[in-house]
Amino acid sequence: MSAGRPQRVPWAGPLGLHRPGTSPVHRAPAGLKLVLLAAVGAVLVVRTGPVVAAVGLLVVIALGVVARTPWRTSTRGLVPVLLTAAALGGYQTWARGAAYGAEVALDLLTLVLAGTLVTTTTRADDLLTVVARAARPLRHVGLPPETVALTVGLFLRTVPVLVRVTGEARDAARARGLERDPRAVVVPAAVRMVGHARTTGDALAARGLGD
Amino acid sequence: MIELDAAEVTAWSPDPAGGPDRVVRLLGPVTLRLTERRVAVVGANGSGKSTLARLLNGLVLPSAGAVRVDGLDTAADGRAVRQRVGFVFTDPDAQIVMPTPLEDVALSLRRTVPDARERASRALDVLTRFGLAQRAHVSVHALSGGQRQLLALAAVLATEPAVLVCDEPTTLLDLRWRTHVDALLASLAQQVVVVTHDLEAAARAERVLVVDDGQVVADDAPGPALARYRELMGARAAEAVP
Repeated sequence: MSAGRPQRVPWAGPLGLHRPGTSPVHRAPAGLKLVLLAAVGAVLVVRTGPVVAAVGLLVVIALGVVARTPWRTSTRGLVPVLLTAAALGGYQTWARGAAYGAEVALDLLTLVLAGTLVTTTTRADDLLTVVARAARPLRHVGLPPETVALTVGLFLRTVPVLVRVTGEARDAARARGLERDPRAVVVPAAVRMVGHARTTGDALAARGLGD
Repeated sequence: MIELDAAEVTAWSPDPAGGPDRVVRLLGPVTLRLTERRVAVVGANGSGKSTLARLLNGLVLPSAGAVRVDGLDTAADGRAVRQRVGFVFTDPDAQIVMPTPLEDVALSLRRTVPDARERASRALDVLTRFGLAQRAHVSVHALSGGQRQLLALAAVLATEPAVLVCDEPTTLLDLRWRTHVDALLASLAQQVVVVTHDLEAAARAERVLVVDDGQVVADDAPGPALARYRELMGARAAEAVP
């Protein structure tokens, strides 16, 4: 615990909460935003070099400015991603050269920022509707579209829960003087997440959401 | 009306001696007709009271016998039963699916309200009714434990079920939120079945079921039922002393 400093709200994952707004990004159809997000992902997966990756990042940042995304909360949520991108980029620079390292780091940042932009400017309800519509053909193989859509909601919710549970397991390990033993964090966190998944399944069934 | 007709729940259990798995009875057989508007279920941890609660909306199906809600069988008409019977869990974190309160209540309404704008508007109305409108767009992680339980209740009640089953809804709450949630449950028009360790809350019910070792050992008005429960727990505590 840090003495003398106010405690921060625990990090809840990189994906932002929906913030109501009237910007063109907010008003764009949810389906279009998801298609563009998928397109950005596809383009970045194909190795295109650091310049294209940097342009992609600038475009996403520009859209974030248009959408008036509050930079303070967004960047705070992205700190762990920045650290991961720096570590990955550093390793790839050492292993395969500076151009590849920069591209990997920029790709990761661009994808996470683009995902954050979509979730902060689109109501989850609209995302679910789009996914349910897109999943209609799966009905023919016995997969209800609403159930597929629900996985999106569960994903958005599960990332912060995983972060919280891991934090609590880490605190418990520290309280027992086991902070240097990764098993003391990983095992209880995994057990609790399995328990959480089972209870969530029950709760979804109880709400009739899996019917 | 809820009817349990010789309902029994069994499960496979590993043999501690290493032999083949055995069938153990978790609950029952239980035969009941619940017509009262407020029913409380009390019992020790592991006594089977949560299993009994889960039978009521088909989360657990009887291994033998039948459970019916307004004539609908939980095994044959599970979907219709779940539309009639809402269920609130002890830990709201397991029940809240979406990132914000508004979106979570809207999720409950997806089946009954096809229009997205109407859904959002109705969800906001529900949150207003529960005093959560100011928190409609914040992260569910920013809510207090009491607010999260209130949200779990709001999300379930948004679909206007005829019956509400609550499995220890106030166990994780402080006195202020416990009082608030108890008052809210008391004000509902629905039939409410509450599993609880809070004997003061149980005393306000019209009927109390005492569950022990998988059996309903007392089924009475709160006075005599809770007296029997206290007597039972006193005996259990005496047995536990080495």
